[in-house]
Amino acid sequence: MNFNIKRIVATAIGAAVFFLLARFVSIPIFANTNLTLQYAVLGFFAAVFGPIVGLLIGLIGHALTDLAFGWGIWWSWVIASAVVGLLAGFIMKAGKVEDGIFGKIDAVRFVIGSLIVHAVSWGVVAPCLDILIYAEPADKVFVQGLIAGAGNFVFTAIVGTLLLLGYSKTRVKPESLE
Amino acid sequence: MALFGYIPRNSQVHRLTGATKLIFTLALSIAAMITFDTRFIAFVIALSIILFAISKVRLSELKAVLVFITIFLVINNVAIFLFAPEHGVMIYGTRHELLRISGRYALTYEQLFYQLNVTLKYFAIVPVALIFFLTTEPGEFASSLNTIKVHYKIAFAVSLAMRYIPDVQRSFREISQAQQARGVDISKKASLKARVGGILTILFPLVFSSLDKIEMISNAMELRGFGRLKRRTWYSARAFSKWDFAVITVSLLCVGLSVLTLIVNGGRFYNPFTNPF
Repeated sequence: MNFNIKRIVATAIGAAVFFLLARFVSIPIFANTNLTLQYAVLGFFAAVFGPIVGLLIGLIGHALTDLAFGWGIWWSWVIASAVVGLLAGFIMKAGKVEDGIFGKIDAVRFVIGSLIVHAVSWGVVAPCLDILIYAEPADKVFVQGLIAGAGNFVFTAIVGTLLLLGYSKTRVKPESLE
Repeated sequence: MALFGYIPRNSQVHRLTGATKLIFTLALSIAAMITFDTRFIAFVIALSIILFAISKVRLSELKAVLVFITIFLVINNVAIFLFAPEHGVMIYGTRHELLRISGRYALTYEQLFYQLNVTLKYFAIVPVALIFFLTTEPGEFASSLNTIKVHYKIAFAVSLAMRYIPDVQRSFREISQAQQARGVDISKKASLKARVGGILTILFPLVFSSLDKIEMISNAMELRGFGRLKRRTWYSARAFSKWDFAVITVSLLCVGLSVLTLIVNGGRFYNPFTNPF
């Protein structure tokens, strides 16, 4: 898959939306952990535009968010976000949603796929990197990761699916003239 | 609202190229991440204080951020202590109790020293990143990324993202006001469920209008022949001066020094408990 102009722009706009949601639309729930909607949008963009766009939106969006908050880039979680985007890009078949195809099976596939993606990123990648880079205690980072991961998954499953459904309705199917 | 508070001033730090400052920031973050050697981290903090003094950025301009960081660190430290009060003992291998609290909670010198290191580490990384952002023009950022060999298409995506954040923010505000006029409440007064629902009625139009933007911008770029060649030049790119080379050398030395502490300490932690000075 090539990184064409549309994907470049999708990366940029996706990162801007991710940033906005992370920076201004959040509900704090636990020590330095917020419940936010940006992962629903990340899952949506990754499903529509593929893994590379997903990876870059996670990376750029999260890094810009950290910088704008002024707390320096917390690399372990930035990388975890990038992993979410990358893996989420593999859930749906490339270009399928853009062709207006998103049925019940696709929705189930997206939800189950998201569960795996978020479990891997927040249950494994983020805490392990926290321990590796910042030598934080294991209990703390796993609890933080699981809480954030659960919230992110729930929003991605509900909001992301609705976004995909809405988007697929606006697309023209390839054989619609036949 | 200013997101990336670039403060134009005439200082030596401002005159450095964006690429140099990016390398310096990345190198120091990496160096401070690798090791937990208190002496080295203190050295990095001293370096960033010097940098701060040269940059002519005023302390009052950082006040909001500093308050925020302090709150973040307090919460983080409390969380670490609640979850693992004996983490320091585990790392340093000795136990010097200072104060018995109750149950499994006791304050030890090792825990205090470990949490001091976590906090200092944080103070070593944050100000450098902050100074970088306050003294680098946003337009120069993309060219800096390209200078350190990030592909120009990705560098361009970053600068495009920064360019469109205010636009997306404006659409968000417009949609939000339109929905509020229809009676959607997203303020703190509404219940959690109503708030989430309210935010969703804003999110959907926002995402779909963003998708329209993607079509429009990518068509405009395609018409102008973006991405046809393997390389591109940058309007804001500048040539390196001798100061730039000096700063890059210092950055690389810091990384080297950080790796050296690993060898000297035989691990990531400097342990004052078993081998005093």
